[in-house]
Amino acid sequence: MSSTTNSPTHHTSTIGSIGTPSRRNTELALLVFAVAIPVFAYANVGLAINEQVPPGLLAYGLGLGLLAGVAHLVVRKFAPYADPLMLPLATLLNGIGLVVIWRLDQSKRLQQSSAYVEAAPRQLLYSAMGVALLVSVLIFLKDHRVLQRYTYISMAGALFLLVLPLVPGLGANIYGAKIWISIPGLGTVQPGEFAKIVLAVFFAGYLMVKRDALALASRRFMGLYLPRGRDLGPILVVWAISILILVFETDLGTSLLFFGMFVIMLYVATERTSWIVFGLLMSAVGAVGVASFEPHIQTRVQAWLDPMGEYLASRSGVSDGVVHSEQAMQALWAFGSGGTLGTGLGQGNSDLIGFAANSDFILATFGEELGLAGVMAILLLYGLIAERGVRTALAARDPFGKLLAVGLSGAFAFQVFVVAGGVMGLIPLTGMTLPFVAYGGSSVIANWALIGILLRISDTARRPAPAPASNPDAEMTQVVRPS
Amino acid sequence: MNKPLRRIAIFCGLLILALLIRDNYLQYVKADSLASDSENRRVNIERYAIPRGDIIVDGKAITGSVETSGDYKYKRTWTNGPMWAPVTGYSSQAFGANQLEKLEDDFLSGNDDRLFFRNTLDMLTGKERQGGSVVTTLSGAAQKAAYKGLGTKKGAVAAIEPSTGKILALVSTPSYDPSKFAGNSDKDGEAWKAVQKANNPDDPTLNRALREVYPPGSTFKVVTAAAALENGAVSGIDDATKTPDPYPLPQSTKPLTNQHGECENATLRYALMVSCNTVFAKMADTVGNEKMIEQAQKFGFNNKALDTPVRAAESVYPEDNRPQNAMDGIGQASNRATPLQMAMVTAAIANNGKLMKPYMVDQLRAPNLDTLTTTKPEVLSQAVSSETAQKLQQMMEAVVNEPQGTGGNAKISGVKVGGKTGTAQHGLNNKEKPYAWFISYAKLPDGSAPVAVAVVVEDGAANRGDISGGGLAAPIAKNVMQAVINSKK
Repeated sequence: MSSTTNSPTHHTSTIGSIGTPSRRNTELALLVFAVAIPVFAYANVGLAINEQVPPGLLAYGLGLGLLAGVAHLVVRKFAPYADPLMLPLATLLNGIGLVVIWRLDQSKRLQQSSAYVEAAPRQLLYSAMGVALLVSVLIFLKDHRVLQRYTYISMAGALFLLVLPLVPGLGANIYGAKIWISIPGLGTVQPGEFAKIVLAVFFAGYLMVKRDALALASRRFMGLYLPRGRDLGPILVVWAISILILVFETDLGTSLLFFGMFVIMLYVATERTSWIVFGLLMSAVGAVGVASFEPHIQTRVQAWLDPMGEYLASRSGVSDGVVHSEQAMQALWAFGSGGTLGTGLGQGNSDLIGFAANSDFILATFGEELGLAGVMAILLLYGLIAERGVRTALAARDPFGKLLAVGLSGAFAFQVFVVAGGVMGLIPLTGMTLPFVAYGGSSVIANWALIGILLRISDTARRPAPAPASNPDAEMTQVVRPS
Repeated sequence: MNKPLRRIAIFCGLLILALLIRDNYLQYVKADSLASDSENRRVNIERYAIPRGDIIVDGKAITGSVETSGDYKYKRTWTNGPMWAPVTGYSSQAFGANQLEKLEDDFLSGNDDRLFFRNTLDMLTGKERQGGSVVTTLSGAAQKAAYKGLGTKKGAVAAIEPSTGKILALVSTPSYDPSKFAGNSDKDGEAWKAVQKANNPDDPTLNRALREVYPPGSTFKVVTAAAALENGAVSGIDDATKTPDPYPLPQSTKPLTNQHGECENATLRYALMVSCNTVFAKMADTVGNEKMIEQAQKFGFNNKALDTPVRAAESVYPEDNRPQNAMDGIGQASNRATPLQMAMVTAAIANNGKLMKPYMVDQLRAPNLDTLTTTKPEVLSQAVSSETAQKLQQMMEAVVNEPQGTGGNAKISGVKVGGKTGTAQHGLNNKEKPYAWFISYAKLPDGSAPVAVAVVVEDGAANRGDISGGGLAAPIAKNVMQAVINSKK
C-alpha cells in the first residue's frame, strides 16, 4: 500500500517537498483514452445493430469529451494535486455505461415494453448534471474539512433522505423495494444514493471526535477489546436504523451498505478489530432476523438459492401471493451465453432480462456482449477506483479526511460488490445500481459528487504546502508517509 | 489510523476478487451448461436464426423457410404440407419437431458436427451459418398418386423399391398441414390444438403408414403360403390341399367358412386367387405357431426397432393357441401389421426372397451441395428362398391376372403385376367397418421390380358391402405403381 506518488527521495512531512508532480498531464492522457474507448464502442454497437456508424457518434464523442474536458480543466485549476486516475476511471465507466444503455435502447424486445423510454439521452443529461456537481464541489469546497462543521446537520439530512421513500404519496414501490421517491414530471429519485455521501460525512465527523473514547476505554476478553456498554450506543443506533431500512424499505443492499460503511469507519477510527466482529455478528443477526418474517426478502433469498425454480414459477404464473421474477435466471443465462469473449456489443440477447435490464441488471449485458474479459476489466476499474480512494485516505493528513475518504471508497466498493454479486448470483439480489454504468440519475449524480469529494481530499493530501489546520491533531504530523 | 486503512484496502480488494472468481465460475466453468440450457431462450433464437436446410424429393425441395417478425427469425414452410407431412413430420417454433425434421434436426439447422468445420470457416469469413439438406428416397409422382388416390378417405399407402428398400411413397390420410403451426403465435397454437387427437377424432397427426397397426386380413395369406412352402406343409402350388369346407377350427366347434369360390381341397394357387379362408387357416395350423412366428419375423414382424430412420410401429405375430394361430393365418386374429410391413412382405417376394431394410434418407448434403453421407441398401434377411419367392410371385400374379382373381383392378398393360387383396374385419364381433387392403408389386419386362406397395383404406363412409380390398384399395395401388413405372421411363 505504499504510495507511488511519493518517491523515496521525497521526505514526506507536514512541510511537504517542493516539486511533487501534479500529474495533471497523466490525467489528460488517460482521459483521451477514457473518451476514445466509449466512442469506439459506440461505433461498434451501431455497426453491429444497424450496420452503420451511428449518426449520433460525433455528438456523443463531443459530449463525452466536453464533460471530461471541463472536469479536467476544473481539476487543473482548483485541485491541481488531485489523484490523476479517478477522473479518467469514472469517465470511462460512465462512457461505456452510456454506450450499453444506448445499445439496450435499440433492443426491439425492450421497445415493445410499455415502460420503454429512450434512456441514453437522459443518462447523458444526468452525466452532465453529475459532472456539474463534481465541478461545483471542486470550486466551492476549497477544503474538505469544512464539511466537519456540518456533522450533525448531515445526520439530520441523511435521516431525512432515508425516510423520504416512506412518505405516503412520495415513495414508490418498484418491484418490492421501497427505495425510490417519485417526483411528478421528473421521474424517480433514489435518495439512498445521496444519503450514502451525507452519512459518510456524519460518520467521519462523529467518529473523529469520539474515536478516542471508543478505542481506549475497553476491557480485554478472549483477545478482543470489548467496548464499554455506553460506547456501544452509536453502533446500536446505526444498526437499528439499518434494520428499520430493511423492514420498511425492504432493501437488503441499502441496509448492508450503510451498516458496512459504518463498521469500516468505526474500525479505522478505533483500530479495534473487535468492532468488525461485532459488526459481522450484528448484521448476521439483523439480516436473518428480518428475513424470517419479511416475505420480500425471503423471495429474494429463494431466488438466489434456486433461480431456475423461480424462473419456472414466474413462467407458469404460479399464484402463491408472491411476485416471482425470472430476471435472476435470465441474468445468469446472459453471463453464461457470453462466455469468455462475449458475443460482441449489440449482438447478445441480454434484453431478455426485460425490466431493469439497463439499470440493476446492466452488468449482465456486459457479461453477454463483452464476455468474461469485459466484465473482469470493468470490475478491475471499480477495484481501482476503490483502491485509489483508500490510497487517498492513507495519504490524507487529517483524521476527518482519512475517515471520509475510506468511508466513501469503502461504501463504493461495497456497493459494487452488492450489486455485481447480486446480478451474478453470488449473493441475493438487491435493488441498487452499479455506480456510473447503470441507468439512473440519482446514482450517476451522487457518484460524481463522491468522486468530487475524493478528488478534493486527495488534492489536499498531495498538495506540497498544506493549509494550516485550525485544530491540529497530534497524529496529523506522523501519518503522511506510510511505513 | 494507517494500519486499519491498509486492511480496508485489502478488504476492498477481496470484495473485487470474490466478484472476479464468481465471474470466472459463471462465464468460464458454467458457461457451456448455461448457454445450452434448454430453457435458455437463446438456444431457440440461435436455432431459428437461419433458414433451415431443406428436405428434398426428386431433386426439388419440398420444404422452405420464411422470415417472421418475432424473436425466432425463420419458420418452416412446406409445399403441399398435408401430402408430405407423413414423410417430413413437423418443425414448429412452439411445439418442437418430429419424424425427419426431428431426427435430422442438427443437420438441417446447421449444428451437426459434420458441418462444424464448414461453419467455423463461415464464421471466420463472416458468412452466415447454413443448414444442410436431407435428400430423401421418395418419388414425388408415387406420393402424389397415393395421396390423390386416398383423397378424402381415411387410410395409408406405403411403397418401397424392392431391390434396395428405398421408400417411394408414404401417405397417411386425413393429414395435416404442418405449415399452419410452424410459428409460435396464438394462431399457430390454435392450429396445433385443432389437429390433436383429443380435439379431432380423425387424429390427423397419426402417421398411419408407419405408426398404425391394422389386422392384415387376407393379405397375410401370402405369409402363410410362404411358411407352408418353406416348411414343406404343401408339396407344390398346384397340388390339391386336403381341406374341408367349412373347416372346423382346431380345439373348437366353430366352423370357418369362405366368402366365395370352391375351396374344398383347393390348390394353393387357386386358394390365394379367390382368397380361401379354410385352406390358409388349416395351413397355418399345420405349420404351427412357432414356425409361423419364425416366417413372420423373417418378413420383419416382431421388430421393435425398425428405423427408416423414423421408427415404425412394431408389427406383431404373437405366440397363440391353435385356433387363434389358425385365424392368424388369414390375418384375422391377434397379428397386426403396419402398411409399411405389408409393403416389406410384398417387396421381399418381388425381390426373390431377399428383404431389404426400408429407408427414406438417401443422402445428407452440405450447404455447398457436397454429399456428406449416402445410405447404403442393407439386407434385413432372406425371408424365403428364391424358389419359394418365385412360386409366391406366380400365385400373386394369378390373383391379378386370372379372371377369377380378386385383384383384377390392379392390372397394368405391359407390366407383370402380382397382388393380394384383403378385407380385414375388426372390432368386437367384427361389428366395425372392415379395412380394405391391397398389396402388390410390378415387374417390368426386363425382370426388374421397381415398386412394391401396400394400401389400407379404413373408410367409415363407404357402404359396408362395398368395402373390399379389390374395389377400394387396388386402384390406388395401381396408380402408385403406374406412377413409379412412368417416372422410370
